[in-house]
Amino acid sequence: MPSVIDRRDVLRLAGAGAGLVFASGLAGCAARAGAPATDFHFVQLSDSHWGFDGPAVNPEARHTLARAVAAVNALAAPPDFIVFTGDLTHTTDDAQERRKRLREFKAIVADLRVRDLHLLPGEHDASLDQGAAFQEFFGPTHYAFEHRGVHFIALDNVSDPAARVGEAQLAWLAGELARLDKDAPIVVLTHRPLFDLAPQWDWATRDGDAVLAQLMAYSNVTVFYGHIHQQHHHLSGHIAHHAATSLIFPLPAPGSQPRRTPVAWDAARPFRGLGWREVERHGDGALALEQYDVAGG
Amino acid sequence: MRRRLLVCGATALGALSLAGLGMRSAAQAEPRVVAVVARRFVFIPAEITARVGEAVVLEFSAPEVVMGFYAPALGLRALLVPGPPVRVAWRPDRAGSFDFLCDVFCGDGHEGMSGRLVVQP
Repeated sequence: MPSVIDRRDVLRLAGAGAGLVFASGLAGCAARAGAPATDFHFVQLSDSHWGFDGPAVNPEARHTLARAVAAVNALAAPPDFIVFTGDLTHTTDDAQERRKRLREFKAIVADLRVRDLHLLPGEHDASLDQGAAFQEFFGPTHYAFEHRGVHFIALDNVSDPAARVGEAQLAWLAGELARLDKDAPIVVLTHRPLFDLAPQWDWATRDGDAVLAQLMAYSNVTVFYGHIHQQHHHLSGHIAHHAATSLIFPLPAPGSQPRRTPVAWDAARPFRGLGWREVERHGDGALALEQYDVAGG
Repeated sequence: MRRRLLVCGATALGALSLAGLGMRSAAQAEPRVVAVVARRFVFIPAEITARVGEAVVLEFSAPEVVMGFYAPALGLRALLVPGPPVRVAWRPDRAGSFDFLCDVFCGDGHEGMSGRLVVQP
């Protein structure tokens, strides 16, 4: 088995409106011993940057995504679905090469043993052609779906290279939200943070405030995103935001150094900082996040 | 040549409109113009120095592709479109070092495209 679970951090999130209850460091199974039965669970993958070439930060770049795919397939209970929050591929100026990378990525994730795979673009996939190639392979860049009473909304904040969601999509979002009760469970999927996490590193969405202003009226909203290549948890009022690790290279903590240069590969701890997460929704509406690191060896 | 001024952001600090430049009194010093070229994936120069209170105009050109200039700590922001130079007025109101970056994704190397405004007392 190329990849195994080697660390479990469990975040338990209270249900509607109750905010965040942090229980990091609990052993995964023990943390869930007293929890209500799992309603469903899904997996979040992010930032594989297929096509990236940088041996100093990931000499295993051609194999990391496949390791994650194998690890997800090895879960005891297959996820209901998988979301991939952007930067599927690494950017290139060559439109043909972009499509080649998207095609290769699609072939690799086709091995995921899951019925539904929901893909979002990152700026590396979409910003140089406004999402044209992504749409050829994977369809719309923003969309909504429902799963067991939870409303999932995928927002595109990357097809505009200036990182705007844009007026048209904001209007679409307003229409989607208008159909929902104010206490409806809502999960937002996106690539960039919707709040100003580190504007000096371009870790923001230019009109993210407008998105959050719409969401703020709803009491049960959770955001999952990528882009920053590390776990990060933040609250905007009652709205929880959770960033995911990447599958190519970690980045430093927000604003911790002058430049957002990738963390160098550590041969003693290969794949350190790379991974994915499982999100469990329990019958009481609580969400539990479980981190799985890509294992070396 | 008519030149455009783009200074974005309602909270712009230190941004000085040039709309009335032509009506400036003779007693007032003309702003110092600093030409900055935004190429993939570097600003030239990447470090710009000024003094507190000095009137400066950052005159950007982007000969290759659309770029962005954003100094979040100062609230200065501009879209840099190939064509006539884009002028950003700036009168520093405090000393310090303030990072700026390209905030329009421009390719493989965009993440490293940044610079620094250094303000001396």
